[in-house]
Amino acid sequence: MNEGQVPVPPPPRPPPRLYRHRLPVRLWHWLNAVTLLILLMSGLMIFNAHPRLYWGDYGANADHAWLAIASTPDTGYLRIGDTRIETTGLLGRWTDGDGVQRTWAFPGWATIPTSYDLASGRRWHLFFAWMLAGALTLFMLWSLFGGHVKRDLHVRRHEWAPRHIWQDIRDHARLRFPVGAAAARYGILQKLSYIGVIFVLLPLMIFTGLAMSPGVNAAWPWLVDVFGGRQSARSVHFIAAWALVAFFLIHVTMVLLTGPVNQFCAMLTGWFRLPPERER
Amino acid sequence: MSGGLILPRRRLIAGAGGLAASLPLLAGCDAINEAPAVRKILSMGEEMHRASQRALMDRDALAREFTRADLSPTFRSNGTKLPAGDAYAAHAARGFADWRVSVSGLVARPLSLSLADIRGMPQRSQITRHDCVEGWSAIGEWTGVQLSRILSAAGLKDAARYIVFRCADRIGDALYYESCDLVDALHPQTILAWALNRAILPIANGAPLRLRIERQLGYKHAKYLTGIEAVASLAAIGAGKGGFWEDRVDYEWYAGI
Repeated sequence: MNEGQVPVPPPPRPPPRLYRHRLPVRLWHWLNAVTLLILLMSGLMIFNAHPRLYWGDYGANADHAWLAIASTPDTGYLRIGDTRIETTGLLGRWTDGDGVQRTWAFPGWATIPTSYDLASGRRWHLFFAWMLAGALTLFMLWSLFGGHVKRDLHVRRHEWAPRHIWQDIRDHARLRFPVGAAAARYGILQKLSYIGVIFVLLPLMIFTGLAMSPGVNAAWPWLVDVFGGRQSARSVHFIAAWALVAFFLIHVTMVLLTGPVNQFCAMLTGWFRLPPERER
Repeated sequence: MSGGLILPRRRLIAGAGGLAASLPLLAGCDAINEAPAVRKILSMGEEMHRASQRALMDRDALAREFTRADLSPTFRSNGTKLPAGDAYAAHAARGFADWRVSVSGLVARPLSLSLADIRGMPQRSQITRHDCVEGWSAIGEWTGVQLSRILSAAGLKDAARYIVFRCADRIGDALYYESCDLVDALHPQTILAWALNRAILPIANGAPLRLRIERQLGYKHAKYLTGIEAVASLAAIGAGKGGFWEDRVDYEWYAGI
């Protein structure tokens, strides 16, 4: 028999590496990861000082809150409109690390600092607000004039086709992610979510934050009007913060599903290893 | 407050029961928060806000004035709701007929004003939104005399840079006080108010006289006013941070944000 004549398949070639994330993208990405975490946690501390949200120009305890996190003598609850959800142990009533029952809205492990300290929460929040705004401004300028938007985020005409978008949604649902050269580019859902975060959600956080400043309100009254009043701006600020949390959760899930080591290293070094074509 | 970065062992062990309190990272956050160097860096944010608002925005911009249709159904009170002590109770019993507000410090003509004196001066009414540092807001109509009128009657000296507001309410062992710079002190909407929603100011909201300093947060709006003092520096007053909460828990002195 012709043993020894069987052709040995060539060893698989390592997939090509590609310089995918430029330095400003990487710097901004990691700075934001830290900044947004601190802003969220210190923001929850600030929320704890008055865990009720209203629509309109004013809102205090006697007024109707559309959202409240509160407690009864033995439970904690979240109320949205007329819907009440028991949240004992998580929101409204929980036990701290020393075994003491607390009735602040968000538990200590979710806030900066871990104890009730509005002054410190504000200092962390208002300092890192500068970081967020400064870094975002620089990143936007670099993205617009440095070609990042045109090269990576610009949605091409054919990508707007409903069939193309629907196909990307189906691929995500079936966890079929692009391979080979196609993985070098952002998909339509990826582009839209990054554009949404950079150009919509983050600016919204900054402007709703400014709309809560009494000094800014006097100088730029149009800013608070855009959001329908100071308490509305506070509500939108809170909702948009959770939209960012939702983005973060999906973002991390996608990293985990599409090769976490490769993705993580790419965001550190810039170099991305293209996933090989599937065997058919 | 130790300010050190060493975690208390008890907290670390006790924290193990909690979900994430057991993470040294989170327990360490409080130690980081209390480190003086960190607090100093974080405080730069406040100064950046003050400087940018002063530089970028109209120094005389008026806070939004609303209409009576916009008034909050109830105007919440916060902090001291009734100053302790016989002296204040006696004043309240007499309808504050003998209440006096002193104007002192770096002024050419120190004054001692009665409520009748203050009500006899030209008055200003304004319907404005009060924003508490905690997050709630209330809209009320305030009537009183512009602080600028009182300061010009007393004659500010050139060295005066800040105005300090002395109060009758005591929290713990310290009298409440507040302060602002001259930009806010001379602002047209900065008034000493004796009426809220066209009625005599309730005790819970600061009777007989409170400060309205509309472009800053609620804790700046000193209640139960007894004195106005022009000074060159805040360093020698209280703990030197310019106000009761500033001294006590490190609230920002500039509360325009």
